[in-house]
This record gives sequence, C-alpha cells and structure tokens, in this order.
Amino acid sequence: MRRIYLDHSATTPVHPRVASVVNRYMLADYGNASSVHSFGEAARKALIRAREQVAGLIGAEDREEIIFTSGGTESDNLAIKGAAWYNRKKGKHIVTSAGEHHAVLHACKALKRHGFRITEVGVDSEGRVDPDEVADAIEDDTILVTIMMANNEVGTVQPVAEIAEIARRHEVLFHTDAVQAVGQLDVNVSELGVDMLSISGHKIYGPKGVGALYLRKGTRIRSQQHGGHHERNMRAGTENVAGIAGLGEACALAEEELKFRRSHMIRLRDRLLDGLQESIEGLHINGSRDERLPNNANVSIAGVEGEAMLLGLNAEGIAASSGSACTSETLEASHVLSAMGMKPELAHASVRLTFGRENTEEDVDYVLQVFPGIVSRLRSMSPLDY
Amino acid sequence: MQETKKQTVYLDNSSTTAALKSVRRAMCQAMRDNYANPSSLHRLGMEAERMIEAGRRAAAGLLEAEPEEIYFTSGATEANNIIIRGAAQAYAQRGSHIITSQIEHPSVRLTCRDLQDRGFSVSYLPADERGRVRVDRLREALREDTILCSIMTVNNEVGSIQPLSEIGRELDKKPGPRPLFHTDAVQGVGKVDLPLKEAGIDAMSLSAHKFHGPKGIGVMYLRRGLSVPPLQTGGGQERGLRSGTENTEAIAGMTEAIEWLMQNEEDNRDYLRHLRRRLAELIQQAVPQAVINGAPPGRKHQDVQAPHILNVSVEGIRGEVMVHALEQRGVFASTGAACSTNKRIHSTTLASMPLPQGRIDSAVRLSMSPMNTVDEMKTAAQALKSAAQQLMKG
Ligand SMILES: Cc1ncc(COP(=O)(O)O)c(C=O)c1O
Ligand SMILES: Cc1ncc(COP(=O)(O)O)c(C=O)c1O
Repeated sequence: MRRIYLDHSATTPVHPRVASVVNRYMLADYGNASSVHSFGEAARKALIRAREQVAGLIGAEDREEIIFTSGGTESDNLAIKGAAWYNRKKGKHIVTSAGEHHAVLHACKALKRHGFRITEVGVDSEGRVDPDEVADAIEDDTILVTIMMANNEVGTVQPVAEIAEIARRHEVLFHTDAVQAVGQLDVNVSELGVDMLSISGHKIYGPKGVGALYLRKGTRIRSQQHGGHHERNMRAGTENVAGIAGLGEACALAEEELKFRRSHMIRLRDRLLDGLQESIEGLHINGSRDERLPNNANVSIAGVEGEAMLLGLNAEGIAASSGSACTSETLEASHVLSAMGMKPELAHASVRLTFGRENTEEDVDYVLQVFPGIVSRLRSMSPLDY
Repeated sequence: MQETKKQTVYLDNSSTTAALKSVRRAMCQAMRDNYANPSSLHRLGMEAERMIEAGRRAAAGLLEAEPEEIYFTSGATEANNIIIRGAAQAYAQRGSHIITSQIEHPSVRLTCRDLQDRGFSVSYLPADERGRVRVDRLREALREDTILCSIMTVNNEVGSIQPLSEIGRELDKKPGPRPLFHTDAVQGVGKVDLPLKEAGIDAMSLSAHKFHGPKGIGVMYLRRGLSVPPLQTGGGQERGLRSGTENTEAIAGMTEAIEWLMQNEEDNRDYLRHLRRRLAELIQQAVPQAVINGAPPGRKHQDVQAPHILNVSVEGIRGEVMVHALEQRGVFASTGAACSTNKRIHSTTLASMPLPQGRIDSAVRLSMSPMNTVDEMKTAAQALKSAAQQLMKG
C-alpha cells in the first residue's frame, strides 16, 4: 500500500542532512557547551554556527538575538510569560487572538490566574485578525500583543507587519508565533517589525525537542527556567547541542529551498483543493484562498465526521489530521473553526492535509482518487442529511 | 616536551557523556522512520506514541516506579524547575518555607533563590567536610510551615552521596503534613542505589546526557497521586504537566541508554569503583601532595561516596590552571560544575564545605564513565604529575 504523509503541520520528517548533523554532534563533538576545555569549545562553536543559521533565515541582525529553547511551546511560553512578568509593574494587560495555538492561549490563561487581563480579539470567517480590532483592544496598561503569523489549522496568514506597526505605535511589545510560517513564507524580523518570534525545529524538517525564540536586541523579558547562565541568562539548562546544530541546519536548508518549497507546495495544494472541489459536493474550504500557507489544505465535508474521514484516509495509507495534532485527542470542535463562526457540524467535519517538500503530484492524484469513495461510503452510513 | 599526538582522555563525564552507539542508532532510526507527532491520530502518530510509552516503561523500570509516575522534560534543569516552582505554588496555602542545601546544582539553588524574591523563605543546609548535607542542621531548620525539601542524591562536584534516608526519616517526624521531598538524582542514577521508597521520595529529576543518552531530554518522577501546576502550558502533553510536542527521537535514544544502564548496572558500578581506586592510588604515587576531596576509595566509604567522581586538590595550583595544563596533556577534566566554569564562579560545593581556602581554589574534578580504561587512569595520573611539576616550578 502507498503511504503518503500529509500531516506536515503536525510535524515533518527530519531531513537526512539534518539527521547526519545531529548524529555527527553526538558522535564527535559531544561536549558540554559550558565546559572550558576543547570539547566545550567545539560545542560552543556549534551553537554559534546554529545561531547564525537561524538568524540568517529570519533576517535577525545579530545572532545574539536568538535564544534556543526546547521547542515552539517553550518559545511561546517564554515570550509571553517572560514579557508579562518583566513588565508587570508597567501593566497587566495582554492582547491576543481567539485563533492562536494553545501554547499561546494557555500561556495567557495561566497568567490570568496571576492577575493579568487577557483580551482575545476575534477572527473573521476566514480566520483573519482585523488590525483595527487589535488597535481598539490596546489599553493604557497593555504590555504585550501576541498574534501568530500563520494559523496551524486553517493556514490563514495574519497581517503581522500591520499589527506589529500598531503595537509599536502604542509602545507595546509584539510577539508572533511563526512556528508554521517559517520555512514557507518570507519571514524577516526587521521587515515585520516584531520584537519576539517563535520557531520550532520539528516543523521545518529539523529535530524535535528544539526551538528558538528571536528576542530583539534591547527587549527585556524574565527568564522562566533558572539554573545557570546559558542562553544569556534567558534559558537555563545544558544546551541540546546536537539538536540545536540540527535546527541550524534545518534553517540553512529552508533558506536554500524557500522559493522551491513555496511554489512546489502551492502547486500541490491548489491541485488538491481544485480537484476536491470538482469531485465532492458539499465541500467547504476552510480559511482564506489567498492569504494562506502554501502547504495547507483544510476542508469540511458536509455530513461526514472529520475523525471518520481521517480513519478512512488512514486505511488508504494517507496520514492527515483534523484540526491541530495537539488537540486531536479531545473531542471538542476546534477552537479555531469555532472562532471563525463555523457551525459545530461543519467544524467537526474538518480535515487538514498539509504538504511537505517530499510530496509529489502523484501523491495528490492518489488522494483525489480515493477521497470521493471514502466520502460517499461515510455519507451512506451517516444518519445526517447533508 | 610535547610528544607526538596525544591520546584524548575524557574525564569530564559529570558534565556530559558521549551518546552510546545504540542511542545514536535509535535516534537516527526514529528521525528517519518514526517521525510523526505522537498526538496525531493516524498510524504513524500511534507508532510514535508507542515509542514514548516504551520509554516511559523503561524509565519506570529503572526507578522501580509506575509508568504513570514518569514525565518527560527537556532535561533535569527543567524537571527541577517544574517540581520546585510547582510545589511552591501548589502548597503556598500551607506554608512558605523551603529547605535545600548549599551544595545543590544551580538549577535547584537558583530556582529557590528566585522563589525568595517571590516571598518564600529558604534554608540552605551546609555540608560537612566530606560534602554530605548535615542532617542535624535539617532538624533545626524544619518548621511547621516547611512545604518542600530538595536535596540532591549525589553531589556533582565531589560525588558525595547524600543521606536521603535519614533526611526522609526526619521529614516523617515533622508534625503536620510531610513536606514534599524532592531529589535531583542526575549524578546518582546508575551509580548509586536510589532510595525512592526507603527515603519516601516524592519527586526526582534525571538527565539522559549524564548516562550516555542524548542531550535535551530528562525525566521527572512524581509519585502517584501528587500533582503540581505546570510551568509550560499549551497542547497539554505529558498529562498537562509539560506541554510541547514530545521529543520522540530523544526519548527513543534515552530508552536505549536506560536499557544499557539496567543491563550493566552492577558491572558498571564495580568497574567505576575500580577505576576510582586505581586513579586515586596512581595520583597518590605520582603526586604525593595531592589530596582527595570527598571520601577516599574503599569499601567502608561506599555508602557515602559515588564511584564516578574523584575530586583532588594539588595545593598551590589553581584549579583552572591545572585543568588547562591537563588539557594540554590530552586529559579533559573540570573544576566544578560545567555550568559555573564558564563564568568563573567558584565551585560552590567546595566553597561551602569546611575546607581550607587553598584546597578549594585548587580543586579539580575527574569524572569517569564505564567507557574509560585503566590505561587512561595511568595517563591522567602522569599528566597530573607532569603538570604539577611544570606549574610548581613556574
Ligand atoms: C502555531 C504553533 N505554535 C506552537 C506549536 C508548538 O510547537 P512545539 O511542538 O515545538 O512545542 C505548534 C505545533 O504544535 C504550532 O503549530
Ligand atoms: C546535579 C545536577 N543537576 C542538574 C543538572 C542539569 O541537568 P540538565 O543538563 O539536564 O539541565 C546537572 C548537570 O548539568 C547536574 O549535575
């Protein structure tokens, strides 16, 4: 049976070049980056190189603006909680959006218990945040705005540069979760004007358990994990040298391949969406057709449970997902689709197919070939009239 | 004087260790074939999930605990932070006093110091001249509002085994609720017995890169029925205690390291004791003025001294100067904890021990792994001798 992986927004396969870098650092340069001797020196060099590779991909001016973390979740938590605690004397209000990843929403929720106020601006039916609404939500004691660059479920790309400009005008820090955007879109921290930006290795063909936070020079936040001077006092813990070197390599690869990845994945995505629209009645494309991540296809099929659809696809060797991987174990409808005002029936009927660099047009054609059959089988069993 | 290309003798295994071949192989395989997100519902996701649960069972087996008592973190620094901050928050209603020691790793000590800024009071117990926390001082420090006691299993600078069982008994005697008892077992696992049940330990931290596993992965043990609020929130992984996509490949790697540890535990310990004894003898012959910090080798000290660390002072030669001279001779050692060396903060463990200043300033830590050989101990002793001769002259 064919096996087609179409769940790249959940995680990506590790690129062989990345895997070999990880292996090399475990084999030869295994030192602790805090050690004074040459094993430590080699590890420190690996960190510098990786910092430059990450900085290069996102257009950071100085490699010292990159802080390595254990992943996107930690980067989001560090940015949000770190900014909140550092600035708590200035104010206790944070603006975010209803469509953020749980790493952001739950970090905000945790702060609420400590007396911070959170405003979640809404999103429109395509999942877009309205910059004017952000401007209206900012109050005198707002200390942080955090809006993601691209949504992980429906792929909607947010007007981040515009929102960052609004935050700057109000002298409020701006953070963006760019976990899904990096490696697919042009992400340039100077052009975007962001103060903080989160990256995760495993979403860009890098290893799991490693991520980065871009922290603009001069931006002060409070460390969340104590125990040493690592990462300029921002993140204690022995550096995951091999993983960090792998993340650096993944960023270098992303920079090399960015153009190819974008056009390749847009072609596959549009071929799939067009094909599905033609062959399946009652198909609804979730998110925006234009302001959309190149690799994201998210559809709802009237009268078909998303989970059932997933199992049907899985049985045909196709790995897809409904909503975000993190929440797929819960049965609640996706908070993103709900925030977009989608009816629960349709929200529960959503399927996300996310492409990667290794997918081909044949993969798409195979999906197009088996998809309608699964839909009609499920519809024939469904008590719902679509 | 510089001979032909010298051998590399890595004696800094308490800073970090080289990953085993089986560890690297498991990780490469996971990166290639088993890369899915364990939260995904499709088959690949379930395979990744199984890999994590196998790792959880392995870690539970190592600690003789239950799989549901095991949580994966990015390392011991994170595990220490979660437990200490989490316990402080969870029990804040009950009290605001924490007991730890002066010889803890910075990830415990600095976390406690941070809590002092947030209104908690902390007692830092001193250690004796062998580097063991003083239980008599614990008795004095215990208060009715003590909510947490965090004492490491084995000290990372001198290798002293801490009297956890005695401490546990003291905690039992405290009127009212027993404080949460946490131990940072990073330097203890595989090297000494972990008295989880005997000492009534509630929480424990481990780090894979100290036992030939990968960096960036650690284990937190939290006794069944206990719960602390998480530090990192998000997708709710690790039963809500530690959000973030699981580091599946590192878990697969750590699983291999744990299996190696369990299969070879007795042999490893015997061999490490042998290495430590040989190294100590060779050093004493080569450099008679060298003194051992911590307990000397010997069966009668087995219960108070871990077998993988030999901390020695050659008075008159500063530790960092000696470490540098050893490196020129191909021997890699360190002064204190790796985390402090970079910033030239002095060995905090030794500094807090009742020892003469000259001995503290000259301390060098040689830390062994079962991968080291007796020949390497000879090389190290000779290097120490030649370095001492050169530096004494100069
Ligand atoms: C938008 C977004 N933010 C954050 C995360 C969390 O990143 P990580 O899995 O590295 O913790 C994810 C992925 O799960 C994501 O899609
Ligand atoms: C006793 C002790 N605790 C904690 C740590 C920190 O562990 P990690 O490197 O996994 O953050 C170390 C090592 O650095 C250590 O020796």
